[in-house]
Amino acid sequence: MDAIRTEALTKHYTVGFWRPRPYVALDGLTLQVQTGEVFGFLGPNGAGKTTTLKLLMQLIFPTSGRADILGKPAGDIDVKRRIGYLPENPYFYDYLTAQELLEYFASLFGYSPAERRTRASRLLDEVGIGAERRLQLRKFSKGMLQRVGIAQALINEPEVVFLDEPMSGLDPIGRREIREMILRLRDRGCTVFFSSHVLADAETLCSRVAIMAKGRLVTAGALSDMLAFQVRGWELVVSGLTDAVLAAAKARGDVMRVTMVGPARHALDLPLDPPPEKTLAALIAQGACLVSLTPIRDTLEDFFVQQVSGAGGSRFRESA
Amino acid sequence: MKVIGLVAVNVFKESVRDKVLYSIVAFAVMLMSTTYLIGQLTAGQDIKIIKDLGLASISIFGLLIAIFIGIGLVWKEVEKRSIYTLLPKPMRRQEFLLGKYFGLVLTLVINIAVMTAAFYLVLALMRLLEPGIDAVSAAPATDAAMLKAIALVVVELMLVTAIALFFSTFSSPFLSALLTAGLWVAGHFNSDLRNFGAVVASPTLAQLTRAMYYVLPNFSAFDVKSQVVHAQAVPASYVALTCAYGLTYIALVLVGAAAIFARRDFK
Ligand SMILES: Nc1ncnc2c1ncn2[C@@H]1O[C@H](COP(=O)(O)OP(=O)(O)OP(=O)(O)O)[C@@H](O)[C@H]1O
Ligand SMILES: [Mg+2]
Repeated sequence: MDAIRTEALTKHYTVGFWRPRPYVALDGLTLQVQTGEVFGFLGPNGAGKTTTLKLLMQLIFPTSGRADILGKPAGDIDVKRRIGYLPENPYFYDYLTAQELLEYFASLFGYSPAERRTRASRLLDEVGIGAERRLQLRKFSKGMLQRVGIAQALINEPEVVFLDEPMSGLDPIGRREIREMILRLRDRGCTVFFSSHVLADAETLCSRVAIMAKGRLVTAGALSDMLAFQVRGWELVVSGLTDAVLAAAKARGDVMRVTMVGPARHALDLPLDPPPEKTLAALIAQGACLVSLTPIRDTLEDFFVQQVSGAGGSRFRESA
Repeated sequence: MKVIGLVAVNVFKESVRDKVLYSIVAFAVMLMSTTYLIGQLTAGQDIKIIKDLGLASISIFGLLIAIFIGIGLVWKEVEKRSIYTLLPKPMRRQEFLLGKYFGLVLTLVINIAVMTAAFYLVLALMRLLEPGIDAVSAAPATDAAMLKAIALVVVELMLVTAIALFFSTFSSPFLSALLTAGLWVAGHFNSDLRNFGAVVASPTLAQLTRAMYYVLPNFSAFDVKSQVVHAQAVPASYVALTCAYGLTYIALVLVGAAAIFARRDFK
């Protein structure tokens, strides 16, 4: 059984006051996420990630299509018992403390008062909220709220967690802690579905990703399988080369571009063909010293740019 | 079911920590204390004035609280997006809404209880300072019959809260406040509407006003303040019937609110 399954999930928003027109926020998303997977849901701003998560949480209702979680329709009470959700930029009650908030949420799952306290304390420890847990939430910073948001998503030891940009608003230490937490969840057998626009998060965590642009699914699969992220050249940094040698290499087509990066040190962009080993051997024979050789890949950002410029067309539908 | 209680308790917890509410109650208590001074100034020491003023402040400040929290709490929950983390918890949207409503009613009842206690305290104090006062008044200073009037005020304000909640499920707080207050005023002039219907010439207008008379909440029915102050009897059957009317109306409004809320997109 799939942990998450959507079929042609579509959401139109009506926008415009004088001339209301449907705007396609999500367009026919069909997706399966297997149990136990860490699944990255990627895409630039406005791609429809939050819309999808809100549809899965039934905070909004689809225009058409369906969404199932753990084999049951989204919004089912039994399903709600077994999932956790972190919304984008979470916000809670001004006048509750973090501890009270988590105990309140725990109570909604029917835990006993003692159990509520231990769960709340343990999770706050885990997300790094210390003595501040006795403070009212209106005094919390953005990153602290984000941490509380992650804690509340895990209060019921969910089988599936949905995290909408879990890293947003966190400092580098916080990001690493959350990455480690997601990996711990995975080891426990929990399915994690998270949205992000940071490729690094996805690369270190995900077994599979889906990439969205303009409300449509562009591609889904393992990141390494995606053609867009294959090596498309090399960057070679060398020292001790004269301008004449470089000019000659460039003229032969071995080197595409030369950038001066320090005294007598150059960064060279090499094509895939001829192989970099050959060019490197030739340059070393002419007195070069190797500093580094790194593959150049398309970044997710490059990919976004391509897709966004590629996925043309207006997202407005003419009303019937 | 249990969820409704948990949500209600949380609403109460939140609203008692909100300082705005305190200031409303504090102001009402202060006003009632000053009625004593007003009583001192007027000749004849008529305790009726103090009772009138006290009951009126309980009902007006109660109304403020009912509209203020009735509209504010659900709207704030949606606007500040705290509802995003709450609704995915194991509960139905109707349970959320009912929990909110009962939390609001709890807050309201406790606030009115505080104001009522302050009110009776002022009256008891007067009686202590001026022992002869009961002899010259129509009703004793700390007349328990006033509790009937206050009980009906509570039911009335429960209805106002339900109406405020209803409007706040789909419109902005400003509009909700306006609509609720408008309905409250219209509901107080409801009997005038019936009289108006009886004297107009046009049959369609007469029918329209009669329809409005039955549809609009009849808030004037809840107002027995002046009868109580003037020591006129308010039969228990009247109180019971009016309560039943109020509770039925509340149930209908809540069903409507839940129906709208269940379909709503939170964007
Ligand atoms: N309430 C709304 N009314 C109209 N359009 C909306 C509404 N909410 C979202 N949209 C539109 O739907 C599209 C998808 O929005 P969504 O919030 O899902 O994007 P996202 O992928 O989460 O972006 P981000 O990375 O910025 O969070 C956007 O173009 C947005 O303008
Ligand atoms: Mg988003």
